[in-house]
Amino acid sequence: MSELIEPQPPEARHGHAGGDVASEELAGRVGDANGQGHFTTHFDEPSLDYSVTETKITEQTREEMRQIAARYPQPRSALLPMLHLVQSVEGRVTPAGIEACAELLDISPADVSGVATFYTMYKRRPVGEYHVGICTTALCAIVGGDQVYATLQDHLGIGNDETTPEGKITLEHIECNAACDLAPVMMVNWEFFDNTTPEIAIDVVDRLRAGEEVTATRGARVCTWKEAERVLAGFPDGRADEGPTSAPESVLGLRIARQRGWSAPPIPEHHHAESDESEAGS
Amino acid sequence: MTDLLTPVLTENWADQRAWKLVNYERRGGYGALRKALEMDPADVVALVKDSGLRGRGGAGFPTGMKWGFIPQDNPKPKYLVVNADESEPGTCKDIPLMMASPHTLIEGVIISAYAIRSNHAFVYVRGEVLHVVRRLQQAVREAYSAGYAGKNILGTGYDLEIIVHAGAGAYICGEETALLDSLEGRRGQPRLRPPFPAVAGLYASPTVINNVESIASVPCILERGVEWFTSMGTEKSKGMTIYSLSGHVANPGQFEAPLGITLRQLLDVAGGMREGHELKFWTPGGSSTPLLTAEHLDVPLDYEGVAAVKSMLGTKALQCFDETTSVVRTVLRWTEFYKHESCGKCTPCREGTWWLVQILKRMEAGQGQQGDIEKLLDLCDNILGRSFCALGDGATSPITSAIGYFRDEFEAAMHTPAWELFPYERSTIFVREPVGAGA
Repeated sequence: MSELIEPQPPEARHGHAGGDVASEELAGRVGDANGQGHFTTHFDEPSLDYSVTETKITEQTREEMRQIAARYPQPRSALLPMLHLVQSVEGRVTPAGIEACAELLDISPADVSGVATFYTMYKRRPVGEYHVGICTTALCAIVGGDQVYATLQDHLGIGNDETTPEGKITLEHIECNAACDLAPVMMVNWEFFDNTTPEIAIDVVDRLRAGEEVTATRGARVCTWKEAERVLAGFPDGRADEGPTSAPESVLGLRIARQRGWSAPPIPEHHHAESDESEAGS
Repeated sequence: MTDLLTPVLTENWADQRAWKLVNYERRGGYGALRKALEMDPADVVALVKDSGLRGRGGAGFPTGMKWGFIPQDNPKPKYLVVNADESEPGTCKDIPLMMASPHTLIEGVIISAYAIRSNHAFVYVRGEVLHVVRRLQQAVREAYSAGYAGKNILGTGYDLEIIVHAGAGAYICGEETALLDSLEGRRGQPRLRPPFPAVAGLYASPTVINNVESIASVPCILERGVEWFTSMGTEKSKGMTIYSLSGHVANPGQFEAPLGITLRQLLDVAGGMREGHELKFWTPGGSSTPLLTAEHLDVPLDYEGVAAVKSMLGTKALQCFDETTSVVRTVLRWTEFYKHESCGKCTPCREGTWWLVQILKRMEAGQGQQGDIEKLLDLCDNILGRSFCALGDGATSPITSAIGYFRDEFEAAMHTPAWELFPYERSTIFVREPVGAGA
């Protein structure tokens, strides 16, 4: 193990990977006698918390689960949205939620659990009202995502995948979220906060903690994490018409083309003629 | 000679509320669908084949040919699945398309499903893009209300159900067979092929899986014709496509151009690298495509041109890094990504990416050991081609290409930390004015 060092460069790298208390605990637990901890991957995060058995799942939740299942040619396809629904009710994936999915789909709880623990969006511990994700995949990390993430860790006093004591903010470093032209990217409850900086990130989390209304740069007014999970389960919240059409960066090529009078080629003349003929013939 | 930039898919992205059906129709939207529905489905397939449209999601497989593989004598239902799980590092074109103009995709879905004689289409969108999911859900509802989807579409007797399905955070689900397992409610792990999805895909039935941009390109081909489409692009790479410029460039963003444009041309119109800096290395199509350098600025960005310099066009995600950037650090972060996203099914990928990270971490800290470079290359050699899917292959691309072009930086990693050679704060771009953010 001594050869496999965990480098900690200056401020910039502060916290990344190192702050993952959960996996560190686990490394200690599953590592062999030499402390190798070879198999500490994301599959080894602590399992579901089975100690809390109370549940908010009601008959209405089950009815909604049945509605989701009815959308698909085969009901099991509904499992991912059903787990999103469980999170929208419970604030995480709970043993009761797993049981409910298993029962409705007529599969084993182990099957459901196996799926729930595979995907990173399914959380085994309670998530705060707002899930704040900072992209630290290569490009975002390098252009400033590392600094944004380190700043938020310091500001909030929490490590990766941890929640502030009052339950408002859960912080996580996330992988590429498909907005690289708008790096560094911050996501709040999976809404885009493009071109973020340490200052913007602090401002956003402070306003969220103060209960103020916060609007995404490319998206809607930020709802709660549970409400977002309900949309992902396939129950729209009526906010699709909020926010802009595009980020300025998304239309940069279009703007330049217009300025320079560039466009796609015109439609060939005879294409129109052919189309008219076929319409006349039909 | 076509213009340097040719907005087609991006043409309405600056429109007010472009995502609404009424605004899409005002620009002639769903005209292509009406046209398609008057044709025989087989003729629609033939038209798309003739257009030479190739997959825009990475592999570049001819779209029409994929459709042609669907056995029409198979009695099972046929399915169309749109891969909207955009997650390849650097790739950021499908998300803005679905955010701005979801109807471009939905119209393409209906035409494509009609062409392969499918009555069920799925849009598998990654879960981490809430607002895109909202806009897709709404666009599908609007399409049903307008009679473009559902029963008896536009009175033709053709039925199509469209389901927007949100994923739950797994890069691997962008791999088509893993996506199918995920859509069946399982862990997203790739399947052994054959059988290919065209024969036994979703629910073991004939299935076409296409990228968002591929499907979104179908309506304009129907509307404007094969001759128009093939007047753009190069001999074997036809049409226009969206290039995504990111990183240390003065003005990052999306640029729609005929296939075959060069990075030099794109940088010229976009204002070049950020002021006072020069290009050091870049990816032509996401992190899984081998790195290129400033010597490749004039490579035509089409499928053949990029392959000729031993890389891949991929998703046309042009991530540009300048001279302040540590190659070792960058490669480590991509490798950490692959380690995190490896589904765990195949040993070479699951174990190999883990070991790669260990070695790269100590190299970043300047504590590389003699033989580490050879060890990295040896590990890559044991991963490449030895797993079910391309994730493992992709993980080796940045490493082997980076060692090829920047071996000296890996040598330096034996004694000097990357953050001393390349102070990390110099690579940040906080000098650029943030857009919006309400701050």
